[in-house]
Amino acid sequence: MGMTMTQKILASHAGLPSVAAGQLIKAKLDLVLANDITGPVAINEFEKAGFEDVDRTARIALVMDHFAPNKDIKSAESCKKCRTFSKRFGIENFYDVGEMGIEHALIPEKGLIAPGEAAIGADSHTCTYGALGAFSTGVGSTDMAAAMATGETWFKVPEAIKVNLIGKKQRWVSGKDIILHLIGMIGVDGALYKSLEFSGDGLADLSMADRLTISNMAIEAGAKNGIFAVDDITLRYMQERCDRSFESYEADPGAEYVRIIDLDLSEIPCTVSWPHLPSNTHPATEGGNIEIDQVVIGSCTNGNIEDMAVAAEILRGRHIKSGLRGIVIPATPKIYMQCVDRGYVRIFMDAGCIVSTPTCGPCLGGHMGILAAGERAVSTTNRNFVGRMGHTESEVYLASPAVAAASAITGHISHPGEVVSA
Amino acid sequence: MRAEGTAIKYGNNVDTDVIIPARYLATQSHIELASHCMEDIDKSFVSRVKPGDIMVAGANFGCGSSREHAPIAIKASGISCVIAENFARIFYRNAINIGLAILECPEAARSIGEGDEVSIDFDTGIIKNVTRDEKYQAQPFPAFIKDMIEKGGLMASIKGGRKCTKALR
Ligand code: SF4
Repeated sequence: MGMTMTQKILASHAGLPSVAAGQLIKAKLDLVLANDITGPVAINEFEKAGFEDVDRTARIALVMDHFAPNKDIKSAESCKKCRTFSKRFGIENFYDVGEMGIEHALIPEKGLIAPGEAAIGADSHTCTYGALGAFSTGVGSTDMAAAMATGETWFKVPEAIKVNLIGKKQRWVSGKDIILHLIGMIGVDGALYKSLEFSGDGLADLSMADRLTISNMAIEAGAKNGIFAVDDITLRYMQERCDRSFESYEADPGAEYVRIIDLDLSEIPCTVSWPHLPSNTHPATEGGNIEIDQVVIGSCTNGNIEDMAVAAEILRGRHIKSGLRGIVIPATPKIYMQCVDRGYVRIFMDAGCIVSTPTCGPCLGGHMGILAAGERAVSTTNRNFVGRMGHTESEVYLASPAVAAASAITGHISHPGEVVSA
Repeated sequence: MRAEGTAIKYGNNVDTDVIIPARYLATQSHIELASHCMEDIDKSFVSRVKPGDIMVAGANFGCGSSREHAPIAIKASGISCVIAENFARIFYRNAINIGLAILECPEAARSIGEGDEVSIDFDTGIIKNVTRDEKYQAQPFPAFIKDMIEKGGLMASIKGGRKCTKALR
């Protein structure tokens, strides 16, 4: 029987000629990741078990992004624990304030993951790296601790849903609209435990930034991972970032899928998820009477330079609605500097937005942009659960950078066409 | 590896909130967690469960929050194995990581009744219903998972101070 792309990567990391859905395997890992929230818990487990050293076969990465620059004493202690641990074991890929970016933007940018590789991270959005044709998934802190000690973990081999992309996107439509649309179609448990495998002619119309956004939110459909076929766009992206050799896997022609979804990109509108579930999707054009207090453009979902470019294109020479707070968060220092060099920072600030340091910040209701009771935000982040950005009576509307920027200008949820002609 | 005991049966979608309610999460004591196990769905569970008993449930067992306290509470209450039609993903991982045996077997999950005497051979994956004289086949665990469960979980099974041998990359 043929294998899916995910199954082939898992088989190779398990040292097996083939694997089948449902099988329990032990797999070697290329990357093991945690952040300033989950890292300390994993470190505690690691120390409690009394390991003398970390495994050196997998790259270990610790990224201080959620509450950094530290927002209070507790978060400072958490980062300190990771810092001390990294020093003790000589962990190269420890990223602290100054070098730190949001983990799922930073890891691909630094070339720490490549096509065909396998990664786990103690963070649910670790599935982001599927965009590069890697297998990656989120796990718990105990899994992370064990993987730091052994360089491997166990998996149950998932079934897969194939998403066959065709056609070309409409103007202003991006990866964000595509994944929100898909989650709206299949629901927040539509891909529970399964792989979402993206392929088809439509791939050619999706930049790496689009793909990273789509894979990032695979978990919001319940998926274990969301993976893209490797093409020229992937290879070009890797060439600039990584000099390791890697292997690209393709699904077998006879691979078995529990479901095949044909997605015509040309039919997908600019899409917004109303509170309080990512699956509660509506076309952006329906948001005309929804007044907003804050706009956030950033996060591991939409903090890339392409996202900044779209926002700048719309905000250039315009001003956000008075009384509205606009917060722009480039996801990494590199992206931040690109925003400076390309003049985006001036555009954002002239428009009345503030450009924040790279951090998760408001995305998880952490700091630097929390909502009060009754307030509404349009945000390019990935979750709009009750209380996600602050008070339990606040609301988050998930959207693309284009819709978020346009909405900042009008003060209500807007299609970009409302503020920019053609 | 074997298990034998009396079946205690539940339905579909048993979530981690009813397995161990959030109001008890402040403790890390396994005994205390066990003393509230299943409290919100079955007040009699704690008083009637005997060491070795087997929990049997329907689909999507362990859905909801990812708390590791849920499988810990079940294991500490004496349950030797949970059999269900299927499990929520994170519960499945957590259970194995803390050394609680769990088996997916829709046929067994449907056929076994409350109070049936059940025995499980983990090497073959065969579940025997002694009361009804029936047999069901579950997928047996590979050796490394059995080892993990026998040793009491993931951290215990990999313990032994692994040292680095390979070059940094
Ligand atoms: S930006 Fe938000 S979703 Fe992404 S890693 Fe940070 S908190 Fe998680």
